[in-house]
Amino acid sequence: MIVHTLETIVREQAFFRGMKEPHIELISGCATNVRFAEEQFIAREGEPAEHFYLVREGLVSVQCTVPHRGVITISTVGDGEILGWSWLFPPHRWQFDVRTRRPTHALQFDGKCLREKCEQDHDFGYELFHRFMFIAGERLEATRMQLLDMYANHNH
Amino acid sequence: MLTTTTETALIPPAIDPMLPEPHRIQRIWQETDDTFTLEVTPLAAAQQSAFAPGQFNMLYVFGVGEVPISISSDPAKAPVIQHTTRVVGTVTKAMRRLKPGDAMGIRGPFGTHWPVEFAEGKDVVIVAGGIGLAPLRPALYWLMGQREKYRKIVLLYGTRTPEDILYRRELEQWRGQFDLEIQVTVDRAASSWRGNVGVVTTMIPRAPFDPSNTIALVCGPEVMMRFTALELVKRGVPSVSIYASMERNMKCGIGLCGHCQYGATFICKDGPVLRFDRIAGTISRAEI
Repeated sequence: MIVHTLETIVREQAFFRGMKEPHIELISGCATNVRFAEEQFIAREGEPAEHFYLVREGLVSVQCTVPHRGVITISTVGDGEILGWSWLFPPHRWQFDVRTRRPTHALQFDGKCLREKCEQDHDFGYELFHRFMFIAGERLEATRMQLLDMYANHNH
Repeated sequence: MLTTTTETALIPPAIDPMLPEPHRIQRIWQETDDTFTLEVTPLAAAQQSAFAPGQFNMLYVFGVGEVPISISSDPAKAPVIQHTTRVVGTVTKAMRRLKPGDAMGIRGPFGTHWPVEFAEGKDVVIVAGGIGLAPLRPALYWLMGQREKYRKIVLLYGTRTPEDILYRRELEQWRGQFDLEIQVTVDRAASSWRGNVGVVTTMIPRAPFDPSNTIALVCGPEVMMRFTALELVKRGVPSVSIYASMERNMKCGIGLCGHCQYGATFICKDGPVLRFDRIAGTISRAEI
């Protein structure tokens, strides 16, 4: 039987691909394997953002309650994708509700633990921030495309 | 048999391509809030109705006008053909008011087709946006009808909201077959939608296909096709393996009138299906 250590699992994720071995060890030291049931809240808007997640398998909705419109799903995060960056910047609070739509298996990373390691090892901090900025850029681009409302029937 | 892709239509057009052939509406139904499908058959039994996936017809509502609409049905089922369209102007509004048994004129089929023959032995990734799924549906029928000739077939489909998903029942049936990977996403949704939310391009990085051995077929709003092609190239798909279906104001259908000129091409004759490297330099220019 093959036993996968957390380091092995972390190394296999596309988000960490190419990361130096000592940095993988640092990351893995702050990681835990977690499972969530369907329709379980992972985070609530305004709560302390103490973690980020890498979804290994499942689907998670990022949601916001809008007066007179109810709960709106802003985006979803699926296999291999990163959830959450509020842990990076003060005030370290979740901006939206986060809820699973399917049973979800994820890696959970301790934000405080990682922030401390980033302070102690700036090379590691640069590497991690660089990867998060790439994800933030992709999400910004996708949001801009959503704002274009490409499929609207402007003649209707 | 399909022989060419971009230069000529493999299906010979009607003897006089400017003469509408009368067709009878068999069925008409609403697909979504602003889209509907017409099913028609030719009045003359001997009339040539074969078409290739991706081609379009000119549909004439008598006394109102004529519009270009892509064919959205199974090529194997011709002469029964379907057109799915959106209600956007005078002609499509009049078309929506037609009833089964009414007659209308059709010229065509016109234009180039999806390169389904070049895709044999390869993965095929189909990226559709909104009503752009309609011109791709005949290609899906074709690929599924000859499934053994292709490797992975992946459909990535993005729409505005869950209510705007076209051919929902069919998508569910295809998804159940396990030899077609279907991923659907919407740009916005209420909490009751339990699927993906986000633009269709975000599905490309993790979609299961081999970029070095893939043919990509893309149809949707031009801005969506632009960003989709960029994302496919980023993933490693060569631009010569990406095909897009362009839409312009087609009138004559045979490259004479010039209404659908797009740079150096006429979309009705050289398109609508064009290899992406032929339009990559012009697709982002506002003046073309």
